[in-house]
Amino acid sequence: MSSKPASKVVAPLKDELDIVIPTIRNLDFLEMWRPFFEQYHLIIVQDGDPSRKIHVPEGFDYELYNRNDINRILGPKASCISFKDSACRCFGFLVSKKKYIFTIDDDCFVAKDPSGEEINALAQHIHNLLTPATPFFFNTLYDPYREGADFVRGYPFSMREGAPTAVSHGLWLNIPDYDAPTQLVKPRERNTRYVDAVLTIPKGTLFPMCGMNLAFNRELIGAAMYFGLMGDGQPIGRYDDMWAGWCTKVITDHLGLGVKTGLPYIWHSKASNPFVNLKKEYKGIYWQEEIIPFFQSVVLSKESTTVQKSYIELSKLVKEKLGPIDPYFQKLADAMVTWIEAWDELNSAPAAAPAADGAKKDASSSTKKK
Amino acid sequence: MSEVTIKNDEVDIVIGAIQSDLTSFMEAWRPFFSNFHLIVVKDPELKEELKIPGGFNLHVYTKSDIDRVVGSSAGSISFSGYACRYFGYLVSRKKYIISVDDDCVPAKNSSGELIDPVSQHIINLSTPATPFFFNTLYDPYCEGADFVRGYPFSLRTGVECGLSCGLWLNLADFDAPTQALKPTLKNTRYVDAVLTVPARSMLPVSGINIAFNAELVGPALTPAFRLAKEGNLRWETVEDIWTGMCVKVICDHLRLGVKSGIPYVWRQERGNAIESLKKEWEGVKLMEDVVPFFQSLRLSETSVTAEDCVVEIAAAVKERLGSVNPKFVSAAATMVEWMKLWKRVRGQ
Repeated sequence: MSSKPASKVVAPLKDELDIVIPTIRNLDFLEMWRPFFEQYHLIIVQDGDPSRKIHVPEGFDYELYNRNDINRILGPKASCISFKDSACRCFGFLVSKKKYIFTIDDDCFVAKDPSGEEINALAQHIHNLLTPATPFFFNTLYDPYREGADFVRGYPFSMREGAPTAVSHGLWLNIPDYDAPTQLVKPRERNTRYVDAVLTIPKGTLFPMCGMNLAFNRELIGAAMYFGLMGDGQPIGRYDDMWAGWCTKVITDHLGLGVKTGLPYIWHSKASNPFVNLKKEYKGIYWQEEIIPFFQSVVLSKESTTVQKSYIELSKLVKEKLGPIDPYFQKLADAMVTWIEAWDELNSAPAAAPAADGAKKDASSSTKKK
Repeated sequence: MSEVTIKNDEVDIVIGAIQSDLTSFMEAWRPFFSNFHLIVVKDPELKEELKIPGGFNLHVYTKSDIDRVVGSSAGSISFSGYACRYFGYLVSRKKYIISVDDDCVPAKNSSGELIDPVSQHIINLSTPATPFFFNTLYDPYCEGADFVRGYPFSLRTGVECGLSCGLWLNLADFDAPTQALKPTLKNTRYVDAVLTVPARSMLPVSGINIAFNAELVGPALTPAFRLAKEGNLRWETVEDIWTGMCVKVICDHLRLGVKSGIPYVWRQERGNAIESLKKEWEGVKLMEDVVPFFQSLRLSETSVTAEDCVVEIAAAVKERLGSVNPKFVSAAATMVEWMKLWKRVRGQ
């Protein structure tokens, strides 16, 4: 009802995209993102102590969920959502009603490209998601749908329609996403190389998906974006996004969807404590040696025609093949099923789900200011 | 990261001379080529004398050399046009071979510095490749980068790199329809990365700017696939695309890597795409059969060398593509002939 200013940056997909931010400390970083995020709806997932008040800068339209909300909304199914780990962000994916999700960590800031221009990471992710991917044949000039590029000689015309893009995986300048051992050996290394490319990760190839600058088409792949059991009470941490990425890639390959990586860059400001990280990752470093061959060899059946069916099938394979490594994987497989049950429950009917009302009853949510 | 030392005497730079006057070409490359041995092979169809400036360490091979070395087995193997460089591969004795088209000159990177493709190709070939898992920060062995969180440690030693595919600024390697549709499309984007093309993923390898480890994959580069109206413009040929797919299948099978990305060269404008289109779409059409074939090709465990693999691929081509188009039958036959020639000339 309020009047709009004369000129405002058009925000593509502003009514179709939610920005999901897990946080435990504060959201000051949003100030820097204001010009790019202000017109979008935010879903904030507050991890840790629910009695702590998270301050959201004025002018943002948001829903905020803390652990009490998660427990209330999911009931017994809340057991699948991690506590004391940014893996809790996937709760935001669950309750969103939008077609697209962009998720970003609260220590990620606006980066600059080599010409000094501020990078609108969200707009780049949207472009990545709205243009096809090319998983079936590698294009040596990277994303052929970018301005100034195209398919190279030898690229079959029948493959030039590409596949729908399900995931857009962005990168990070400054603090790179290294594991603890690498951080310990190279504490001063910073990523200063701006690689001006977006490319599709070929079908059949796995990759380490980092959750700090990530966007996806929720309708196409959302149900696979479960970030696993991490943090409090779990034997492992810092493998949440990895787990989601391996599951997602297997399923996108199976369903003929694409995953892009590359631009946009954000500026990652905080290096987490490598000793703390090592403790969290320790088991993962050994387990991934078996997890990777498992995912590389997974073949989903023809009957798994949807993301949910594929994910359930995957959970059974996880239980069967990875269960013997550690009881954790049996728990994880069960949690994967719980996640799908929660997903179907919250996302089946077009009518308003209980989650929306629940959020507005709790912590203050400011309305959009013009 | 380990230091990479280029031993100049391990490198041959092979140039296929499609044009007779190589003066400006050689002068442009002088800063980067003068420390290396060059093999210049003159297109046997070229009538004029080659003009090459002095001050280079080079060997020039012409039609008479080709006839002398290859002899009667030249039967199915044609060295005309772009295929002339394969003669250079045949007679080279070096570990690393680098080839650049004679219509390319050094490019500049985003800082405005001239790019030395020779050293970058050598770096690509002598550092490990990582085909089994994708590293989101691209080449983990280059300075300032590493493997990212989630990359399995057992895969961090990588495998040897067999082929390095460079790129092109200005005139990119587009096919004739694309170039005809977008005559002003120039590649101005310098992407500062080299990455390993994952195992079992096929790619179109452009011969405009490549390098390979001849010890590992040399025999796999064969001048096998010629179009009916093969021409002297890249978009009138797909011989390199064919060769590249063979090399990729072989590298995947032998657990070697193929890299793509830097170095860039600057490719000069030449030819008219619309005129080329008037000739034939043959190459473009044939890709529809070629690509699925190579994507599904799996070699047997008994093929343990590049030579074994070439012979096996030739047999598969004849069997599975032979009925589709006679081109494939002759490609298969040429690959077999090439292996015999390779063994004879290289004395293996």
